[in-house]
Amino acid sequence: MLSAEAALTLAQVEIRDRSNASCVAQNKLCPGWIVDNFDRYTGPLTQHIVLTLSSVAIGFVIAFALALVAHRERWLVGPIVGMTGVLYTLPSLAVFFLLLPITGRGTLTAVIALTAYTLQIIFRNIVTGLDGVPLEAKDAGRGMGLTERQLLWRVELPLALPDIVAGLRIASTSTVGLATLAVFAGAGGLGSEIIAGSNITFKTGVVAAGGLALLLALAIDVVLLVVQRLLTPWRRVKPA
Amino acid sequence: MTGPSASSVEFVSVVKRYPGQSDPAIDKLSLKVPAGEICVLVGPSGCGKTTALRLVNRMIELSEGDILIDGVSIRTRPPAELRRQVGYVIQQIGLFPHLTIASNIATVPKLLSWSREKIERRVVELLDLVSLPADLKDRYPAQLSGGQRQRVGVARALAADPPLMLMDEPFGAVDPINRERLQNQFLRLQSEIRKTIVFVTHDIDEAIKMGDRVAVLQKGGKLAQYATPPELLMSPANDFVEDFVGADRALKRLSLLGVRDIDLWKAPLVRAGEPTARAREAMAEAEVPHPLVIDAEGRPVGWLSERDLARDTVPAKPTTSPDPILELEDVLRDALSSLLEHGSLYGPVVDGQGRVIGVLSVDIISDFLASEEAKALAAGPAQRAEA
Amino acid sequence: MSVAVFGFLSQFGDALDFIVNTREAQTGGVQVGGLDQALDFTWQHLKLSGAAVGLACAIAIPIGLVLGHIGKGELLAITISNVGRAVPSLALIAFFVAYIGVGFTNVMLALILLAIPPILTNTYVGVRQVEPDLIDAGKGMGFTPVQVVRRIELPLAQATIFGGIRTSAVNVVATATIAPLAGVLTLGDYILSANVYGEDGRLAGAILVALLALAVEFAFAGLQRLAAPHGVKVARQLAA
Repeated sequence: MLSAEAALTLAQVEIRDRSNASCVAQNKLCPGWIVDNFDRYTGPLTQHIVLTLSSVAIGFVIAFALALVAHRERWLVGPIVGMTGVLYTLPSLAVFFLLLPITGRGTLTAVIALTAYTLQIIFRNIVTGLDGVPLEAKDAGRGMGLTERQLLWRVELPLALPDIVAGLRIASTSTVGLATLAVFAGAGGLGSEIIAGSNITFKTGVVAAGGLALLLALAIDVVLLVVQRLLTPWRRVKPA
Repeated sequence: MTGPSASSVEFVSVVKRYPGQSDPAIDKLSLKVPAGEICVLVGPSGCGKTTALRLVNRMIELSEGDILIDGVSIRTRPPAELRRQVGYVIQQIGLFPHLTIASNIATVPKLLSWSREKIERRVVELLDLVSLPADLKDRYPAQLSGGQRQRVGVARALAADPPLMLMDEPFGAVDPINRERLQNQFLRLQSEIRKTIVFVTHDIDEAIKMGDRVAVLQKGGKLAQYATPPELLMSPANDFVEDFVGADRALKRLSLLGVRDIDLWKAPLVRAGEPTARAREAMAEAEVPHPLVIDAEGRPVGWLSERDLARDTVPAKPTTSPDPILELEDVLRDALSSLLEHGSLYGPVVDGQGRVIGVLSVDIISDFLASEEAKALAAGPAQRAEA
Repeated sequence: MSVAVFGFLSQFGDALDFIVNTREAQTGGVQVGGLDQALDFTWQHLKLSGAAVGLACAIAIPIGLVLGHIGKGELLAITISNVGRAVPSLALIAFFVAYIGVGFTNVMLALILLAIPPILTNTYVGVRQVEPDLIDAGKGMGFTPVQVVRRIELPLAQATIFGGIRTSAVNVVATATIAPLAGVLTLGDYILSANVYGEDGRLAGAILVALLALAVEFAFAGLQRLAAPHGVKVARQLAA
């Protein structure tokens, strides 16, 4: 036989379940249900994080390489902005299915599409950051004997950091949003919980998944901002 | 170039041509800068002085000719390596905003792989050398004033103890008051470290004040005259130089001479409490017709006026203040300025302990000018007749 | 390799065929595909997007002008911009469907919310960037605040505002692709209801959506160049 406490606890759980069930049946917003069923979100959330972080990371690597090349050959900036702009304009959903014949369904297709979307904003921000480095600092640096490479890594990139991180923040936030569509490419993510198997009228589910996406975007944004502040101590001081 | 602490620099028929321009920016420039001297390149804008400077550390490449540092062509080493041996100070200074003052100064030593202790010691040493407080080393450039940043720029250029320094209008971005201070400080510094310096300015007064030798460049990078400041002022080589130096050449000489270089007058010196009769006696024979009251240590207290002389004894507080009190170290130009400012014909000159050693008057200075003018006028036509 | 390329090209060929010729639906019975249907969906897509962007302008531009003119609300503008970027479009549509229901108006409302942030932020920033001296001069000449806005701030901020509208338009056109989830049949229906239209239809939809997005982007880019006041254009040319 069960003890009185155990029986009470079981009873409470049952009441909760029943109230959750009725709440869901009436399609109201049921916070209780979200808490109890949180497990079903951990998988999609993890997929979502992986999709976002890998797309932004790869996008950053590509955009960074492009920016370094365009730093030497200035005439490339226009064409690169143009091409990455086209990638930015193409709606992700369309890109998923344009890629389908080539890369099939799944995470790869989603990541390619999401990465393509981030390129322009990251590229433009890196270029803007590098362009903002004071000319006299570069002249003095060269005059002191820094090679172009040393100048780039020790002077120009550190000073461009705020702009670069700003670009990453925008890219991350946007990518979190777009990654909800990854479900259509067969890559999972929180989007799968939003449409909840073609039942997008499930209020609680929509709010839960959408809310998680929003929180994820916010979290990444804050983390990047903190990292930037830590890496740029000279911007925190008060000028003379 | 790890030899002597100062190197000689020589321009050998240097030509710089830019593509698409018919006239060269530098036209067969030849001059020698002995080790340990300041050579100032001066001229109107567009004369190529900054170009000439930047040719030395290969920020711009030569078209023809060569530049030798200690007899060795600059072409023999890769530019980056060369530049680490040459101090470089520019007008806008160009401190790295993202590095502390210490890191900024340590830039070249780090490139040369100095040990951390050596770098730290050097940073403290340099801040002291340019008269900046040591606690500035952990600040960022944004937290410093313009004058402070300027001095950090000089310290940064001196960090690896280069035998040669290039300076492009280094005091140009600072206000005139601080500029004079910085110039004086720099000259004091140079007297200690004795580096070879090539210095660019558009200001002829700065050139005369700062340079051991001055190279006047004309448009198109042609050397008009290369001489010491006195020679430049006394015997300008051609009309261009004469115009550029300015018609007030004699007045300019005043910045080259100090109070110590001139013969001072004597004033009757009296002390408080002495009978005024003696003062009146001394007045009759002295060059300066006013008695000067000094204290027990010989320091000037004030001038006696007619009213003071009417009394029996010399008052402890004479009517007229002794200002301006001038020092032996003062440049004649500043001394004249002070006299005129105070509306005073005479100024007591004191030594290092503040004791009166003589009196400077506006007359002395104008006599000097008159003699200089005569010398200059005499020299001018003769020079031109020779050329 | 060449087989794969040939296969992939032939799929595109099939997709193009879908656009031009009708065929029987995968689910049987109805005729799908063909130029008429494609144009019909395109028109729906444009109608929805245009209405949303237009109304968003009507709301966001006046607010942006006022806030920019009085100089308050910078934090608000930035926050709205960040949040707007972070909200996943899928979640927004799903939320509206779940809470308000399906239908043209409901989806349009969701899209309006999506469209507002870039327009609001750009209007605010555009007005703030007008040189204070110019506003001063205007006031000195006796302009009322309304005249300052209309005659000085608005024309000078025009290009930036237009940039914001352009960004919004591209976003809205992309999001309108998933409007079929809310019962409004745009070009996205080809993609989302692939069980009806088949793989050819799906690929055709992706192609059409991509082309439409690019067309809208280029149209706006051209309009933006025209949107700069003539004097500003001349100044720019002289400075270059």
